Amino acid sequence: MSKPKVGFYWCASCGGCEEAVVDLATDILSVVAAVDIVFWPCAMDFKRSDVEAMADGEMAVCFINGAIRSTEQEEMAHLLRRKAQLIVAFGSCAHTGGIPGLANFYDREGVLQAAYGNAFSTVNPEGTRPATTVHVPEGELELPELYDNVKTLAQTVPVDYYLPGCPPPVALIVNAVNAILEGKLPPAGSVLAPDTAMCHDCDRKASKPDKPVIKEFKRPHQILIDPELCMLAQGLLCLGPETRSGCDSACIKGNMPCTGCQGPVSRVRDYGAKALSALASSLDANDDAEITTALADIADPAGTFYRYSLPASLLYRRLRPNGGSQK
Amino acid sequence: MSEPFEPRIVAFFCNWCTYTAADLAGTSRMTYAPNIRVVRIMCSGRLDPQFVLAALREGADGVLIGGCHPGDCHYQEGNYKALRRFTLLKTMLAQMGIEDERVRLEWIAASEGDKVQKVTNEMVEQIRKLGPLHLEAIPVPATAVACGEKGEA
Repeated sequence: MSKPKVGFYWCASCGGCEEAVVDLATDILSVVAAVDIVFWPCAMDFKRSDVEAMADGEMAVCFINGAIRSTEQEEMAHLLRRKAQLIVAFGSCAHTGGIPGLANFYDREGVLQAAYGNAFSTVNPEGTRPATTVHVPEGELELPELYDNVKTLAQTVPVDYYLPGCPPPVALIVNAVNAILEGKLPPAGSVLAPDTAMCHDCDRKASKPDKPVIKEFKRPHQILIDPELCMLAQGLLCLGPETRSGCDSACIKGNMPCTGCQGPVSRVRDYGAKALSALASSLDANDDAEITTALADIADPAGTFYRYSLPASLLYRRLRPNGGSQK
Repeated sequence: MSEPFEPRIVAFFCNWCTYTAADLAGTSRMTYAPNIRVVRIMCSGRLDPQFVLAALREGADGVLIGGCHPGDCHYQEGNYKALRRFTLLKTMLAQMGIEDERVRLEWIAASEGDKVQKVTNEMVEQIRKLGPLHLEAIPVPATAVACGEKGEA
């Protein structure tokens, strides 16, 4: 019997998800023994034409990481969707937009202006910008176009499963691969991680306050973090209460509050609104002025609560001043 | 398109104070702008900020939240909780480019039918001036694909 064919691809991502595959360490040997990797441009020499030559549905599964924000990524997502029986959105960016999704606070012009103009480290006296066509001695090259918005993978093509995390924890990857190989997959559309909140298996759960106790919000650099006490009890913005578990609370074990990369549990529709709700209600203040002062210490609520999920939020992006929209 | 813009406002009123006030406004035959759709919730503290965003996403041009005056909450502290969430939500909405007037919190006691009238009329006029809220559509996958089961995200 021939081995199931597997592909990996990256879109708007940092490469951390590819690292996570490498982090499988020796486990990767059993994966390689059980499957045929037929496409993984980050690690091996595969071309788009190799994928185009495949029959529809030839790959058993394709793991795609990264958000979608260019014509090339969109085309690849559609192509891989056609060639693979299962598409797994791999990591926060593919799942909910991730860090690249924060570009939805701006637009293409703002992003390009920052990167090719205003950035402190940019020297670009001629104002060169990325172009979709470039002339070279051999002729004219066509290059991908950057979108005005960042999309999640599921906003681009139908997605079968989601592996959350920035990057997905090794244990979840191993579980997912085994479930696929053994044909023991949950219903389509599932997130392949436990559906419990981070707090549920957090070592510090016992000290989690059941009443609003935060007098003042703190940022990690402002205090010496107690390594045993619940982060919320210390006034830190820990997003554990609404975040899906499955990462063995790695950040909290490293004495840093959860920033929510694993995305929401299934009962949460809008991650940011829920995170905001949980934190605001933990504030121990009833007076209008006191509340305003304490909450002003949260420097960037939208960026903090939608750090990994702005494109997947109910508002999707920041409103444009003129109300107009572009691709 | 020739029809003039009529704001659509979703109001979340607490059962004990503001909803009763709205009832009072009705039984007292006070007239006010018909642009609000009232959802009765047991307490303003029950208002999940997700409700506000969902209302805006589903086509509301504004959201009005009504609760008991500070100190009057039927459940002691629910309205303080609402105030904390609302305060942070307003900061976040401003970052998202949503105008201040579109989401409003008011304390309205059961006896203040006239305040329901005043606040509603005021808000409708403010939003009429702002115009409709145009949220950008959430993209949906362009094509259905033959292979693989399709699930809800």
